[in-house]
Amino acid sequence: MKATYVLWLRQLKRYTRTRWRMLGSLGQPILFLLALGFGFGPIYAKAGGGDYLQFLAPGVIAMTVLFTATFSAMEIIWDRQIGFLKETLVAPVSRFEIILGKILGGSTVAIFQGLLVFAVCFIAGFRPTSLIMLPVALLFLFLIGFFFTALGSAIASHMEDMQAFPIILNFFIMPLFFLSGALYPLDGLPKALDIVARFNPLSYGVDGLRGALTGASHFGIGLDLGVLLILSLILAFIGSYLFSRIQL
Amino acid sequence: MKVEKIIDVENLVKKYGKLTAVDDLSFHVNKRDIFAFLGPNGAGKTTTIKMLTTLLKPTSGSMKVNGLNPTKDQFKVRKSFGIVFQDPSLDNELSAYENMYFHSLLYGIDKKGRKEKIEKLLDFVGLLDRKDSYVKTFSGGMKRRLEIARGLIHHPKILFLDEPTIGLDPQTRNHIWNYIKELNKKEGMTVFFTTHNMDEAERYANHVAIIDYGKILFRGTPDKIKKHAKAKTIEDAFLNLTGHTIRKEAGGAIDRVRAMAKSWGNR
Repeated sequence: MKATYVLWLRQLKRYTRTRWRMLGSLGQPILFLLALGFGFGPIYAKAGGGDYLQFLAPGVIAMTVLFTATFSAMEIIWDRQIGFLKETLVAPVSRFEIILGKILGGSTVAIFQGLLVFAVCFIAGFRPTSLIMLPVALLFLFLIGFFFTALGSAIASHMEDMQAFPIILNFFIMPLFFLSGALYPLDGLPKALDIVARFNPLSYGVDGLRGALTGASHFGIGLDLGVLLILSLILAFIGSYLFSRIQL
Repeated sequence: MKVEKIIDVENLVKKYGKLTAVDDLSFHVNKRDIFAFLGPNGAGKTTTIKMLTTLLKPTSGSMKVNGLNPTKDQFKVRKSFGIVFQDPSLDNELSAYENMYFHSLLYGIDKKGRKEKIEKLLDFVGLLDRKDSYVKTFSGGMKRRLEIARGLIHHPKILFLDEPTIGLDPQTRNHIWNYIKELNKKEGMTVFFTTHNMDEAERYANHVAIIDYGKILFRGTPDKIKKHAKAKTIEDAFLNLTGHTIRKEAGGAIDRVRAMAKSWGNR
């Protein structure tokens, strides 16, 4: 498992060395939190929804994890271009160990980034309802990170260059986010939107995180956990299979 | 003494769509040999190395590396070789030491003596005082030296060197080759290298193969090849055998066709 450790450590070192990127990626969640949180807050309260910031914060934290995980996975394409991918692919270690290290590294970085945004939310006035459930929230952060790093790695394994990245971002990641219930409650949605949300893995991540942090969940934390765990395992295998078939 | 073949290639073919990069290639490398694999740009050298080192699957033909099939026993084959790639493969965001350290973990170097080994090799290529600098601050020659040092951390049965000394001055080249020759002599390590520097082939190789348009034109000792081509030096022999015309963007063209073929899912 040394290879897994090496690739995990590499991801972490790269993260801690790019402080500007770390700060830069805080911009989007802060904007969402302030503009939407305080912008829609009054009307949300008027509609009887309660405190919108309290509702939105878990969604914004999940968003951060989603984006950080996807970006980490896309580093595989970068590794291909700078040539470092070759170095790992000829090493006498199983490719499963390599991809596992990358996925774990991506999830760890995503957790850190998620915690940073959690702190920002806290400053903005967000309060988790139960301290005992915080470890469960952390588990959901990890699972969201793991799932999306694995998914991103599966895609990135067979992409030649960064040109396809905007397509993935705009036609895949953004819709997943906007259709996940991160920004609005899933109760009483129009049929079509409701079905899409049910087939969206991020819905379960957002819901579980929100359940753990605020006590209010749509699907129930047990189902959220089950769905994410199973999907993460499946994706880890698909990702490692696709990764093992890389030819340079 | 019976000569053992450590690399054996028969009728190897690699096609990218309509383009044939390696065309019915057959050759072998003896154990303990220093083997120079020569050819003009785009002749199929790097493609062949990629197939031998499990990075690329051949279209047809058979290969044996250390008695194993790189297409099937990938994992075991990877245990038997080390490689210095033609193009960069370092992580620029890591320091020189970290690049060496990560490599040594991937290759299972014992913890005991690991640090000393890495520092010794960094010293050998003149980078010890820069060991904690990020690779992105290095010049081309320094990066090349680091790649070579990294490739020498573990001592495999076969060492592939794809244009290892490109961009290095004669002093450094000589220094590094002396070390490799020593490894070859002491540990019986087989060395398989490519170069455009014919002098390098003449000085260090026991056997030479010249490849062009994906086919072997000649294989033998440097003396034999010169005799065969009625030339005084390997450079002249090379030119006599492969012609004097300059290959138009040879390597680049292959890369483009490959990229095109790949993007259309036409592997």
